[in-house]
Amino acid sequence: MSTNWSRKDLLGLRELSADEINFILETADAFKQVGTREIKKVPALRGKTLVNFFVEPSTRTRTSFELAAHRLSADVINISATTSSLTKGETLKDTARNLEALHADILVLRHSSAGAPQFLAQRLKSSVINAGDGAHEHPTQGLLDMYTIREKRGRIDNLHIVIVGDILFSRVARSNIFGLTKLGARVTLVGPSTLVPREFEKLGVTVSNQIDKVLPDADVVNLLRIQHERQRKEYFPGIGEYTTLFGLTKERAKSLKPDCLVMHPGPINRGVEIDSEVADGLQSVILDQVTNGLAVRMAVLYLCGGIAT
Amino acid sequence: MQMDNKKHNSGVPIMDAETIRRALRRIAHEIIEQNADLKSVVLAGIPLRGTEIARRLAEFIREVAKIDIDTGTIDVAMHRDDVGTRAELPMVHASKLPLPLEHRTVIIVDDVLFTGRTARAAMDAISSFGRPARIQLGALVDRGHRELPIRADYVGKNLPTATREQIQVRLQNVDNEPDAVWLFKE
Amino acid sequence: MSAIIIRNGRVVDPTNKRDEVGDLAILDGKIADKSAIKNQKAETIDANGLIVAPGLIDMHVHLREPGFSHKETIESGACAAAAGGFTTIVCMPNTLPAADNPATIAWIKDRAAATACVNVLPTGTISKNIAGEELAPIGSLGQAGVVAITDDGHCVQNHELMRRAVEYARMVGLPVLDHCQDYNLVGNGVVHEGYWSTLLGLPGWPAAGEEAIVMRNILLAELCDHHIHCQHVSAAGSVRLIREARARGVKISGEVCPHHIALTDEAIQNFDTNYKMNPPLRSKEDVDALLEGIAGGTLSILCSDHAPHAGFEKEVEFDQAPFGIVGLETELGLFIDLLVHKHRKIDIVRLIKMYTVEPAKLLKLDAGTLSGGAPADITFIDPDLEWTVALDKFQSASRNSPFDGWKLRGRAVRTIVGGKTVWKL
Repeated sequence: MSTNWSRKDLLGLRELSADEINFILETADAFKQVGTREIKKVPALRGKTLVNFFVEPSTRTRTSFELAAHRLSADVINISATTSSLTKGETLKDTARNLEALHADILVLRHSSAGAPQFLAQRLKSSVINAGDGAHEHPTQGLLDMYTIREKRGRIDNLHIVIVGDILFSRVARSNIFGLTKLGARVTLVGPSTLVPREFEKLGVTVSNQIDKVLPDADVVNLLRIQHERQRKEYFPGIGEYTTLFGLTKERAKSLKPDCLVMHPGPINRGVEIDSEVADGLQSVILDQVTNGLAVRMAVLYLCGGIAT
Repeated sequence: MQMDNKKHNSGVPIMDAETIRRALRRIAHEIIEQNADLKSVVLAGIPLRGTEIARRLAEFIREVAKIDIDTGTIDVAMHRDDVGTRAELPMVHASKLPLPLEHRTVIIVDDVLFTGRTARAAMDAISSFGRPARIQLGALVDRGHRELPIRADYVGKNLPTATREQIQVRLQNVDNEPDAVWLFKE
Repeated sequence: MSAIIIRNGRVVDPTNKRDEVGDLAILDGKIADKSAIKNQKAETIDANGLIVAPGLIDMHVHLREPGFSHKETIESGACAAAAGGFTTIVCMPNTLPAADNPATIAWIKDRAAATACVNVLPTGTISKNIAGEELAPIGSLGQAGVVAITDDGHCVQNHELMRRAVEYARMVGLPVLDHCQDYNLVGNGVVHEGYWSTLLGLPGWPAAGEEAIVMRNILLAELCDHHIHCQHVSAAGSVRLIREARARGVKISGEVCPHHIALTDEAIQNFDTNYKMNPPLRSKEDVDALLEGIAGGTLSILCSDHAPHAGFEKEVEFDQAPFGIVGLETELGLFIDLLVHKHRKIDIVRLIKMYTVEPAKLLKLDAGTLSGGAPADITFIDPDLEWTVALDKFQSASRNSPFDGWKLRGRAVRTIVGGKTVWKL
């Protein structure tokens, strides 16, 4: 049997159909099994070269992609902003074309500019996988979040998913919103009004600033990491206030339904967006997310990288 | 295993449901004959039709020898040596084998044995699970034209063919059609 | 003595209330009476089916010289203007060095005299080096020949400084043009703050960022009793503020660029930097407000904000790309197509007025008319000519435009400057 998959790139979830998303999740099922084998390796991408081009740094996502590539027998090269010639003034386009000249088959790109993966995908023959572009999308994170929900709850449609935190600047939030609404889930966004503007309702979700009203009705709570960097200081007054108003404290966690899942893309700020005990508690599937991230990324690399050019 | 599923309106039926049933029953007897310790055998089918054939073989063995033999699934799509050179990607499925494999005999079960590449990929996949004592191969149809040094231990029917011809197997539980083996002279 | 007679065109000269099929005579580079050239051997130009209008004026153009000649030069910009039907262009002072001193103005004027095929009028800056901190030598700039002052590209944030600049400009009789942008409200916004910026996770440029400065300018125009002109108005709120202020007699005006009515923020979803401008493309509601503003006379001037950038400069990540598109060769076609034909907001005569009488009045120019003795700057327009925009045929040195392939109805077909044909289709 052959697949109908025809995309060489994964740039975001907004342009995928529900069928395509489901297909990736089913393919991830097959690859998750590889992680339980004695020899955790299949030759599917043998001879292919994958470049992790992380202009915006990340250890976790990069490691996950690297491991996924190794398990598929691909050769992996890691380039970061500091080790690349971008610091010498080379443009993104020239850097990428140089990589293509070295016959890189798959380019995994994380960049602080929204649209950067799209920019490269239009210009390169290589497969381009978006590992996060500015505040726009982080499709593999969205997929692994959905995979985890589907694994634990058996489905995605008609579940109530609550996403809490800095939505405005979050690519994880956007990819989740696009994917979940497409698969029929009901999504509520919670956070300070400065970080969760009403405009989001036009994307087919509900917006709330009252976490205590929303939590008892949630089937999944996905907590985003809160940063109080310079740029955010105008958006909310501080970590302490955030935790008081929106943190998933031990107390608040008691109001969750017993089968409600607690999720977080990581890295967690213990005591800020989530209490330490809740992060390690029975409802937390945070570590499953990490395992599933590997399976999802193997699926994505297999599908996009496997298409003959 | 053939990769396409064209409608067979110009084909010649080589085996019908009864012929297939008798062939599989004979293979089941051969397996019982050649394996003193049936409990150490695993029938590992290649999805989708191989797994169905493995299931039927297990049923025959239960009938005859009164033993529940272990079955499993080996996905070979991830182990193919031609990923990236084909216009369409093969579907992947999750593999499942009872562990550990040490001291066990794994019988790869497929519907059609042709070039031998699928069987090689299956052996590759098995090796990532462990190191069985023995690997054997069983196929409903052996159509010749091996490209690798592979031979089947159990064969339902030997069918000499030309390379440009096509063999297609249909199984009720998989294809929603009556069991049959079709030959297409294309 | 050279004589030309233009025959059978529809002569549209709003200043002299002329709109009729007839002839127009030129003698030695000036509009003349037909009788004056009776005994001369005159070249004849047939203008049958065409509108013969006073040469059009684009009062918002970036010519990039001195300092950025890889994007455009005064020579290539002038050629682009001629190909767009413009006989006079007003160039912005954000050059390198900035046009904040008489020497740079003199350089620009000399360069234009030597290389430009159309009239080029310089503007000077409001602040020294466009830094928004100290006044530029506005008086000397006036004497050097600028027609207005503006910090275009930037906006003076310090209202006190702006107030003093406006008072000073009043003294020397120079109009003030302003690119209205409140830096705090806008932050690092790159696209209109709205549905699309929210969807795509791009920093938003809220309409309030423009409206706040429009309000500032209205208050200062009143306080200082001097004209302030708001450049490239893009937001519905700005139109409303300008309308209300004008109704009260405040000396405030606004101009519109074609991209702000031809496109909305929906166009940015593929991260194509040819849709990245400042101010940004906005929502349909804003487009509708601009159209109403033009129809009702609140917005009185049309222009392009022609902003050339080299290909390699625009071919980068969306948030890194410079703002702006070229516009001289598409603006007339876009405005005729959209305002006259498609949305039917104004007729061709009013459109011509917005490109001639209005800017000439604002900048006190001896231009925009076909009066006897006026320089023979004439634009021939075929308002029904259907054409397709072909970027590769542009005269401009740059190609940053989103309109390649657009089918438009209406185009300039001939441009005459000082009696000489500098371009024809």
